[in-house]
Amino acid sequence: MFELIKSLTQTYGPSGNEKKVAEKIKNLLKGKVDETRTDAMGNLICVKKGSGKKIMFAAHMDEIGIIVTYIDENGFLRFGNVGGLPQLIIMGQRVRFENGTVGVIWYEENIDNMKNATLEKMYIDIGASSREEAEKMVKVGDMGIFVGETVLQNGKIISKALDDRLGCAILVETALRNVETDNEIYYVFTTQEEVGLRGAKTAAFGIVPDMALALDVCDTGDTPNCKPMSVKMGKGPTVKIKDRSVISHPEVKDRLIRAAEKANIPYQLEVSLYGGTDAGSIHITAGGIPSGGISIPTRFIHDASEMADMNDVENAVRLLCEFIKG
Amino acid sequence: MDAYEILKKLTTLDGVSGEEGPVRDFIMSQIKDHVDDLVVDNMGNLIAYKKGKGRGPKIMLDAHMDEVGLLVTQITCDGLLKFHTIGGIESRVLVGKRVRVGENGVPGIIGYKPIHLQEKNERTGAVDKKRLTIDIGAKDRQQAEDKVEIGDTVAFAYDPVEFGDNKLMAKALDDRVGCAVLIELLKGSYECDVYGCFTVQEEIGLKGAKTASFRVMPNVALILEGTTCYDVPDTKEQSMSTRCGNGPALTVMDRSVIVDRDLLNLIVDIAKSNNIPYQYKQTITGGTNAGRIQVNGTGVKVAAIAVPCRYIHTPVSVMDKNDFENMIRLSKKVLEVLPKAWEEGRLSNSDENRAINLYREQGGIEHV
Repeated sequence: MFELIKSLTQTYGPSGNEKKVAEKIKNLLKGKVDETRTDAMGNLICVKKGSGKKIMFAAHMDEIGIIVTYIDENGFLRFGNVGGLPQLIIMGQRVRFENGTVGVIWYEENIDNMKNATLEKMYIDIGASSREEAEKMVKVGDMGIFVGETVLQNGKIISKALDDRLGCAILVETALRNVETDNEIYYVFTTQEEVGLRGAKTAAFGIVPDMALALDVCDTGDTPNCKPMSVKMGKGPTVKIKDRSVISHPEVKDRLIRAAEKANIPYQLEVSLYGGTDAGSIHITAGGIPSGGISIPTRFIHDASEMADMNDVENAVRLLCEFIKG
Repeated sequence: MDAYEILKKLTTLDGVSGEEGPVRDFIMSQIKDHVDDLVVDNMGNLIAYKKGKGRGPKIMLDAHMDEVGLLVTQITCDGLLKFHTIGGIESRVLVGKRVRVGENGVPGIIGYKPIHLQEKNERTGAVDKKRLTIDIGAKDRQQAEDKVEIGDTVAFAYDPVEFGDNKLMAKALDDRVGCAVLIELLKGSYECDVYGCFTVQEEIGLKGAKTASFRVMPNVALILEGTTCYDVPDTKEQSMSTRCGNGPALTVMDRSVIVDRDLLNLIVDIAKSNNIPYQYKQTITGGTNAGRIQVNGTGVKVAAIAVPCRYIHTPVSVMDKNDFENMIRLSKKVLEVLPKAWEEGRLSNSDENRAINLYREQGGIEHV
C-alpha cells in the first residue's frame, strides 16, 4: 500500500493536467474492472458491472500547484495559484514542472511586513539568466507542483499531494480486492477538484448513480493550538456529516456507520467547517444524488508535507469494501 | 455591412444584463439568412444552428450579448435616480458619464457636486456609488416617473470613434466584439455542425451560457470574448494581462476555467502555421462562459479567444482593429481544422457521443 501511495503522490498532476495520474491508475486497474472510459473533462471512469445499485466512488487526481503568468528579462518567473495556496508557507518551497525543471519560490525582499507578501510579490527562480534561457525550460501557462518526498515513519505517511492521491490509492486498492457484490461500482478518478469541484460534475452526469461517496482528506484537531475539531489522526477514517460543499445524505451516512460497526472498523464523525469535496458537485447533479464521504484525517493539508496515518488508510479500504456489500 | 461596421453598430445598442433585446434583434437580422435554424430560449439566449456535412464534433460558439450597466432603484423627490450597478463597475468611472435610461433611451448624466462645493476630504477618494444619482433633467419625482421606472436598466451612452493607429473606442466592446466575430463566422460554411450562441447575463454570473449549453450539448466550445488589457500606465510588466495590437489572446486559466490543453495546443499550432499573431492572457483573474460550458453534460472541450480591450468595464473601452481581424481569421481556421483534428483523435476524446446520447435518453432534443 505504501508503495502504491508513493507512486501516486510523486506523479505530476496539477488541476487540468491529470493525464499522467490517470495513465498510472489505468494501468494498475487493467483487467481488474469491466470497462474504462475517459470523459471530455479527463475524468477516468472504471466500472465493475453488476445488476444491483449503481454506486459511485470519487477521488480526485489533481493536486494544487502554481501557473506561470510571466517571464521577466532576467529569467525570473511570476506566477499565480492553482487551487488554494497558503501564501506564507510556500516561500522557499521547491516547485517542479512537467518536464522536470525545478524552481525555488522567493519574494521581493523590500517587503516590510510579511503579511504583504502576496503572490504578486513572489517569483520563481529556475536558475535561468535571461528570458531566452528561461523560455527554453518553461513557458507562460505551464503549471508546477510542489516537491515533497514520500516517507513512512512510525506508521505515518508524510508526503506532498496526499490530497487526494490517498483517495485514489484507496479506490485502486478497493477495486483490486474485488469484493463480491451485485452492485455496479463506478471507481471515478476526477479532475479539477482543487479549482472548484469541476470534474466530478460531468462524471456524475454521465453516470447518474443511485448513491455516491467522495474519498478525500479532511483537517484534524490534534495539533498544538489548532482550530477545535473532533477528528484526530489515527483514530479511523471519517464518516462525513458535512463540509462546506455538502451535507451528507442521511441514508448514505447511516449505511457507512452500519458497515463500520458490522465489521468492527474504527471511524469518526466528520464536521468540516472548511473545505469542500467532490460530493458537493455530485449531490446536485441531474435529479439529485444521495451523497456522502469518507475522509482520511490529514495534517498540514495543501502544504508540501502533508501527514496521515497508514492505519486510517487501511481502515478506509475495509470500510469501502463493507459499504459495497451493503 | 462588413464585420467591422457591424461591430460599430453593435456598440451603439444597449443590452445591460437581462435586457439584451435590442442587441438580439439586430443580430437576428444579420444572421437569419445564413443559418438553418434560429431559436430564442427561455432565458433569452439566441441560438443559431448551422448544419455541417456530418463530420467532426458538435461545436458551440459563444459570445455574450450583455454589457455591464446600472439599474434604477429609487426616484428621489427631486426627480433624481438612485441606482445599483449590474456587473463589475467601480464607482471611480461613473461620475460625469452620459447614460441612457430604460428602453426608450432617456438621456441622463451621472452627476456630482463640482469641485467648488466639495469638502477637502471629498476630493481625495472616489465617491461612494450610493451617493451618486442620475440626472434626467426632470424637475421633480412626478416628471421623472413619466419617463422612467424603478427597475429600468441604464446603459452608457457613447458612440464609437475610430482614432489613432487603427484603434476603436466604443462602449461595451466586452462582448460586442465577440458577437461581431460570431456573426462573421456564421456567414461561412463548415464541415461540422455549428451552434452559434449569443448568450445573456454573462456579466452577472455566466447565467445564459448554462441553459444554452444544456440545450446544445456540444463536444467542443469556443468562447469569443473581449478581455482585459493592461498595457496602460502604472502597471508593472509582470501584471500586464494582454497587449493591444499583439493579436487575439488565448486563456490558459482564469477563475472560472482551466481550458482544454489539447484544444489550446491545436489553436496555437493553427495560429503558428497560418502566421496569425496571438498571445497568452498573462493573468488568471476574471471569468468567462468557458467555465460554465466546460462542466455541462459529460464535459465539453473548451477554449477562449479574446480581443484585448483597454479600460474594460468602463463607459469607453479601446481595441485594435488588427486584433479583431486576426481573431476572425484564427477562429475561422480553427473551425476548418477541427473536424480533421477530431477524427484523428487530437483532442483525445474516447466517448464523444455519450453526452448527446444520454441527453436524448433523458428526453432532450436533437436540434434547436
